Amino acid sequence: MTLFFFLLIAIVTVISAILVIVLRNPIHSALSLVLTFFSIAGLYILLNAQFIAAIQVIVYAGAIMVLFLFVIMLLNLEKEKRVSEKHPLQKAFGVSIALFLLGGIGSIVATGVLYGNMGTETAAKVSAVGNTKAIAGLLFTDWVLPFEITSILLIAAIVGAIVLTKKEL
Amino acid sequence: MDLVIPKIDALSLCPELVLSITAMLVLLVTVYLPKGRKDPAAYVGLLGIFIALMSLTLLWGKPRYAFNNMIMVDNFSIFFNMVILVTAALSILMSITYLKEEGMSHGEFYALILFSAVGMMFMTAGANLITIFLGLETMSISLYVLAGFLRDSNRSNESALKYLLLGAFSSAFLLYGIAFIYGATGTTDLKGISEFLSRATYMKDPMLLAGMGLLLVGFGFKIATVPFHMWTPDVYEGAPTSVTAFMSVGVKAAVFAAFVRVFSHALWDLQPDWNQLLWILAVLTMTLGNVIAIAQTNIKRMLAYSSIAHAGYIMMGMIASNELGTSSILFYMLAYAFTNLGAFGVVILFGRKGEGNLDIEDYSGMGFKYPVLGLLMAVFLFSLAGIPPTAGFVGKFYIFSAAVKAGYIWLAIIGVMNSLVSVYYYLRVTVMMYMKDPVKDLEGLHWSPSMIVALIIAVAGTLLIGIFPSPYLDLAKQSVLHLM
Repeated sequence: MTLFFFLLIAIVTVISAILVIVLRNPIHSALSLVLTFFSIAGLYILLNAQFIAAIQVIVYAGAIMVLFLFVIMLLNLEKEKRVSEKHPLQKAFGVSIALFLLGGIGSIVATGVLYGNMGTETAAKVSAVGNTKAIAGLLFTDWVLPFEITSILLIAAIVGAIVLTKKEL
Repeated sequence: MDLVIPKIDALSLCPELVLSITAMLVLLVTVYLPKGRKDPAAYVGLLGIFIALMSLTLLWGKPRYAFNNMIMVDNFSIFFNMVILVTAALSILMSITYLKEEGMSHGEFYALILFSAVGMMFMTAGANLITIFLGLETMSISLYVLAGFLRDSNRSNESALKYLLLGAFSSAFLLYGIAFIYGATGTTDLKGISEFLSRATYMKDPMLLAGMGLLLVGFGFKIATVPFHMWTPDVYEGAPTSVTAFMSVGVKAAVFAAFVRVFSHALWDLQPDWNQLLWILAVLTMTLGNVIAIAQTNIKRMLAYSSIAHAGYIMMGMIASNELGTSSILFYMLAYAFTNLGAFGVVILFGRKGEGNLDIEDYSGMGFKYPVLGLLMAVFLFSLAGIPPTAGFVGKFYIFSAAVKAGYIWLAIIGVMNSLVSVYYYLRVTVMMYMKDPVKDLEGLHWSPSMIVALIIAVAGTLLIGIFPSPYLDLAKQSVLHLM
């Protein structure tokens, strides 16, 4: 049953992700991205990570993508013009390399056995304290340094966004 | 559920903390500075870098883990952090007048350089794949913006966009590799991975090998190894020259530190597998970088291809996989930092607003018009080519001898032959400077005090390391002693 749902969601994820870059209308692309984010949230639920799934929907699919759509509609973007293909071979080469990579990684994942140590946070243990609490506990103890590095990453990104877009710096 | 907060070991984080606080101070200070006169922001940044450098000495020789094994403060990371801090300081010194000339003198530039340096320092110290990845992202995000800092220049915009798209692509590879390794070993902790692999008997677990390959692609992108080098010339050419200088040295230092830590330490049991891959990559990188550099007419593009070739030389140290090899990587990085920053410094000083004076032909007759500048450029180019008595020569000497010692005779021969090829295009600039008549008016060079200081430091470093290499080599050797 889990496998069925996984395959279903995975196929939707991949197809909608491909649609994001293939579709020529920016609004359609953004809507496919929303679908991608939703199906990734579905994958998180299959992994028993309900908190992350909720955050994924609220932050990505909700807040960020709505802003995206607003901006696209306000800018009134036209359909993207097709750029003339200068190197038809380039495309074929890229696609074949991608397929090769897909085949290689696919066969590894399909046949691979996980020898690695299993995680200590089992599903039963996590649901005993609650998903959110378990994540918070780890985030502020074992993983507190990466958590803080992320804050530096974000401030650098904010400064960067202002530098690149503010009319008069 | 009890929360046990780990010991807040501020001392281990001292350099990174100082630098992050300085970056925010720079942002604060710049608000109160009048438009177009943001120099004090740069000096605040330099002061912060100096304090961070001093704080590194506090940590020297006392290897330890901090924050629940998230970072490893050992001599190895301190050495690389030193290189990164020197790079950041020289880049800031070179930027002050350059940015004014381009009409983009803003404090945010210096803050972003510092944030980027913080990311690099977390990469060198990272003892967990997650820390390394976050450091890499912090470094990259700042650099994407810095590459596009000259907002009115199409070249700069193109450079930033290319770097962002391909950089994000390569980060995905790296992250995918981390996921595979986590799946195969059950941990992202470098020590945990190495312990797991040394216990286990299934070396050829395909998932682990796939993870290793993806990590190699991710790191290879950032240090611009062939075939992942396509972005380098365009990004290096379009980015502001001082940012190119910072990128070409800082990113290489940080990523090589993480590369060595992950591959020569955590994935040591897979050494026979990655060694062959690296051998091919190193030969391709050296050869392609040097051969294509010959055909370049723009000096920034030429230096970009030269930096690709240098990544190939440095990889030889990793392939040698012995103590001499690793310490020669550190030594080479130090020598390369001074040399390459110096060369870019001359390019900045000689360049004009926008795209002026960036063709190699523009250097015709420069050696007679500006004897000091010509001499400096000649020293840096000789060092890049590996001609004694400069730092580049000693660096190459140790790298090649490490390869020979480990039995990679052919690799060393290919390296030496490549180095001979590179002499051609480095010397061509020197020939232009001294043996050709000027093709255009060379007036109006603006010597600024900060640039003079930067060039003096760079040339002093290049010559000092070249003439008296032993103390620096000892330093490099001590740095790999406790590599965990």
